[in-house]
Amino acid sequence: MTTTTTLQPVVQAKDLLKTFGRVVGLNHCSLELYAGEVLAVIGDNGAGKSTLIKCISGAETPDSGEIFVDGKQVSFKSSIDARTAGIETVYQNLAVAPALDIASNMYLGRELRKDGFLGKVLRQLDHKGMKVKSKDEMTRLGIGTLQDMSQAVETLSGGQRQAVSVARAQLFGSKVIILDEPTAALGVRESNQVLKMIEGLRDRGLPVILISHNMPQVFQVADRIHVQRLGTRAAVITPSTFSMNDAVAIMTGALKVEEKDQAMGPVRGA
Amino acid sequence: MSTPTSTSDAEALIDSLDKKGPLYRIQGALHRFPWLSPLLVLILAMIIFYLLNHRFLLPANLSLIMQQVSIVGAIAVAQTLVILTAGIDLSVGAITVFATMVMAKSAFENGVPGPLALVLGIAVGAGAGALNGVLITRLKLPPFIVTLGTLGIFTALTLIYATGRTVRDTELADILKVMGNVIKLGPFTITWGVIAMILLYVIFAYVMRNTAWGKHVYAVGDDPVAAGLAGIRVNRVLFSVYTAGGVILAIAGWITIGRVNAASPNVIPDANLDSITAVVIGGTSLFGGRGTMIGTFIGAVLVGVVSNGLSLAGLDQAYKILAIGILVITAVALDQWIRRVRS
Repeated sequence: MTTTTTLQPVVQAKDLLKTFGRVVGLNHCSLELYAGEVLAVIGDNGAGKSTLIKCISGAETPDSGEIFVDGKQVSFKSSIDARTAGIETVYQNLAVAPALDIASNMYLGRELRKDGFLGKVLRQLDHKGMKVKSKDEMTRLGIGTLQDMSQAVETLSGGQRQAVSVARAQLFGSKVIILDEPTAALGVRESNQVLKMIEGLRDRGLPVILISHNMPQVFQVADRIHVQRLGTRAAVITPSTFSMNDAVAIMTGALKVEEKDQAMGPVRGA
Repeated sequence: MSTPTSTSDAEALIDSLDKKGPLYRIQGALHRFPWLSPLLVLILAMIIFYLLNHRFLLPANLSLIMQQVSIVGAIAVAQTLVILTAGIDLSVGAITVFATMVMAKSAFENGVPGPLALVLGIAVGAGAGALNGVLITRLKLPPFIVTLGTLGIFTALTLIYATGRTVRDTELADILKVMGNVIKLGPFTITWGVIAMILLYVIFAYVMRNTAWGKHVYAVGDDPVAAGLAGIRVNRVLFSVYTAGGVILAIAGWITIGRVNAASPNVIPDANLDSITAVVIGGTSLFGGRGTMIGTFIGAVLVGVVSNGLSLAGLDQAYKILAIGILVITAVALDQWIRRVRS
């Protein structure tokens, strides 16, 4: 661990504690995400995965503990604060307005206006500009097959909707993208599309936190795997040194991993 | 990742779906342009009424229809905004009448100058809308219940304030009567009220299509949770919709004074349901998030055309009510079918 301290995590959560009445959601839990990596978070139901992610994405405020973004301490009161700090979350229910078109969804809440009189006085939106940029973004994500950005989102497949959400997240210069169970509702072909998209994000240097139940997918795309158990981090492993069975064993507590065998620092490019 | 065979299989499947036939295409077209179906019905109705009585298409009669439509047409602009947010406003008629009484009576009895009385009426409309907005966003009550309650409140306030009296033609301030002014457009006779109504549609069609606020109204009606997660302040949008609606309703009240040339607490008793009828026939979904101003305009004109055409054809008033009832049910059934579009 000492060899990696020179590298600063993009997102770091330290010693988070979160209780709900007498239930302990997070028990002194920590997490580090480094530049350009996919960090998967796995764990049994009730292990505190989603509480941990909610604390990082601003949806919950921890009782104690610290969160740092690029080394600077932050304190999120809402998910809007987290977004301002560059942490975008793509929720399981996707947070898209189904009847609105792709471009409108992509820029929802952050619309572009035209220049000059039309934009400043008449508040006219730059429909064309938003469409062109949406198209570019979708093509970069490998969803170039979608030609018409004025198509309603409800006419898209699950994978394409996922792409719209991810494109929206990265369109606004975010530093980190959190994907909450992105493939849970998708078929095999669509899931592969999304996994490819995640690899594409990483290849462009954008770190991703992936919450998933799907072991094969986690082992396929993750650089490091954070295993959550009983409200805290049980281990951080890499897909190359541990098997899926090991990961399940860590989740259930059957296997303890020694500190030296864990992958606490970045493994990518090392 | 995906093997070539599975990709081509999927493409073949999509192709076969595309070839599902003309009905599928119609569904797709209506999904994109929900105002197409009321427009077709409108054209059909006009042809039928012309065949039943050739006087129907005379410029004088068409002008009359537009004048008859102007009040409910203006009210339906406000109703469209509310229904787009998946709400419903049962107090539109009451707010409109309340505003007309404030305008007319403050000028006549309290000596308020005409223009100021007009502004006062608009402010009262905005305040009434804002009250609906506050109750809906702060107390988290369903719009149906809130506006059912305020329907009673505003009606009662109007009756108490009016003390059962009508402000007549000669007692009205001049500025309050301008909406009744007539303009000759070729063979057509249009009132300022008709022009004001059409302007409201032009303005709000622009706002809904071309401004961020318009997009936010659609998003909030479509899925409030998603809109909130995207960073839209849902309650603020809802509040602004009801307040803007109140202003539109006060303008509808001004149009009402011009049209009936009096201010009475008992005018436009059917405005609530008529406005909802126009919106629904115009292809706006009661579930929120989809619909257009142009659709509502067509819906309002269609109701006016059916009502006028049937009486020209010599049919009893009951047939008008029957025809409109059937139109409403057809429109909602069509909406349910259109919403099932998926690729």
